[in-house]
Amino acid sequence: MRAAPPLAKGFPDISGMTVARQVHWQRWLAAAAIVIVLAAIGRAFVNGQIEWTYVSRFLTAKVILEGITNTMVMAVLAMSLGIVLGVVVAIMRLSSNPVLTSVAAGYTWLFRGTPLILQLLLWFNLALVFPTIGIPGLWSARAVDVMTPFLSALLGLGINQGAYTSEVMRAGMLSVDVGQYEAAKAIGMERLRALRRIILPQAMRVVIPPLGNEFIGMVKATSLASVIQYPEVLHAAENIYYANSRVIELLIVAGSWYLLVVSILTPLQMLLERRFARGALQINR
Amino acid sequence: MTQPLVAIRSVSKSFGEFQALKQVSLDVWAGEVLCLIGASGSGKTTLLRCINQLTSADSGGIWLDGELLGVREEGGRLHRLTEREIARQRLKTGMVFQRFNLFPHRTALENITEGPVHVQGRKQEEARAEAMERLARVGLAAKADAYPSQLSGGQQQRVAIARALAMKPMLMLFDEPTSALDPELVGEVLTVMKELASSGMTMMVVTHELGFAREVADTVVYMDHGAIVESGPAAEVLGKPREVRTQSFLSAVI
Repeated sequence: MRAAPPLAKGFPDISGMTVARQVHWQRWLAAAAIVIVLAAIGRAFVNGQIEWTYVSRFLTAKVILEGITNTMVMAVLAMSLGIVLGVVVAIMRLSSNPVLTSVAAGYTWLFRGTPLILQLLLWFNLALVFPTIGIPGLWSARAVDVMTPFLSALLGLGINQGAYTSEVMRAGMLSVDVGQYEAAKAIGMERLRALRRIILPQAMRVVIPPLGNEFIGMVKATSLASVIQYPEVLHAAENIYYANSRVIELLIVAGSWYLLVVSILTPLQMLLERRFARGALQINR
Repeated sequence: MTQPLVAIRSVSKSFGEFQALKQVSLDVWAGEVLCLIGASGSGKTTLLRCINQLTSADSGGIWLDGELLGVREEGGRLHRLTEREIARQRLKTGMVFQRFNLFPHRTALENITEGPVHVQGRKQEEARAEAMERLARVGLAAKADAYPSQLSGGQQQRVAIARALAMKPMLMLFDEPTSALDPELVGEVLTVMKELASSGMTMMVVTHELGFAREVADTVVYMDHGAIVESGPAAEVLGKPREVRTQSFLSAVI
């Protein structure tokens, strides 16, 4: 190796020196402050009027376990419905057909524009407006029998979710370069096939982080279905504390379950992201 | 042969106020290599895009292999074709884009088999074998499983050419195929195009590579402001242009 040429006079010789480690004393200070605050909060809870034995007893109670199962079943089903609706509505929204575009825009407007809890109550009380529902001449039933808490919650949560998901999907589709549509057309693809084979797989990469967000939101939004008697985990907790008055203890039980579920979902999202990053630069070196 | 493969008659196209094509008429014969040259905004790319219907002309007509593109004449009126019919007509042309437009989520091989398998409905194994041959012909057999992001610009463009050829088109359209490439990568793409030309493929090439046009093109068309100014054998148009505008363009480029 050639020796570096000498510097002019006045420049210090720094050859062989290393960069000293920085002391981040502000970080230590901040961490200490946080530990003190956390300790204070923890102490307050330990000394507060919380019967921790109730928390541990009910954490794995049968009703609570059934409740969290129902929460997850509803979250997955409603999210699936939301994604299907979202993809269809996003495709409609981006079509050149003005009828489809306005139907899609109207759907998004209506279901994003009203509170979710109101929509749940509407679905659940549909029988007040339409005592019997069905297809004339083919099938009919009493609305009270059809609109069970389960179906009302599924429709309410899923259709509402579809309105939000459609915007996420639309953003994802718009993020794909227009050259990709043209290349797909140039090899003879029609619009729907190009969307399915070329555009949507690329949009997924962009769409998964916000969809993960939406799904976590959905897990928690299922708690609203407690108002229409769907037996999810918050509903189960409420039923117990109506009987034993251990309100905070049971809310902690329900809260712990939500936290656990959300903690499991985050790494799952990572796996999905990696799956759809195929061909993207960062994973292929 | 009595009928040109492509017959363009009085095609006009405007984008808002801007008139991209003004009454353009042009014939391309089977086996001919035609280079379109001219400044940017002269309409040469728009003309190419009209032929594979990524853009539709406002007026005039384009016949490919004797078939009117995009519209059908019936009872003295023109009716727009359905999406499916247009997609079928597009299969007769292969398009190579300036920015390659490979599918980034598919490997080089999958990019090539996508059309044959999912549009033409051919068998996967058969399409793969054929795609491997095409990759070998553009010198990229070793890169079959690479994703586009792992390929250089020149390699991507060669895959894009193989992808277009996999549909077995009767006409290849090249839209400035080397303009987005680093200078040292231009040669490998031009070599592939020269081989294609010598195999008898009919080609329309929008290009700034006058050397390529001089060497390979049968016909050179010079366009300016949406109209054809001069067209003829490459040696004549590039060597001793008749029109003043062609002369000044060529002297500015060289």
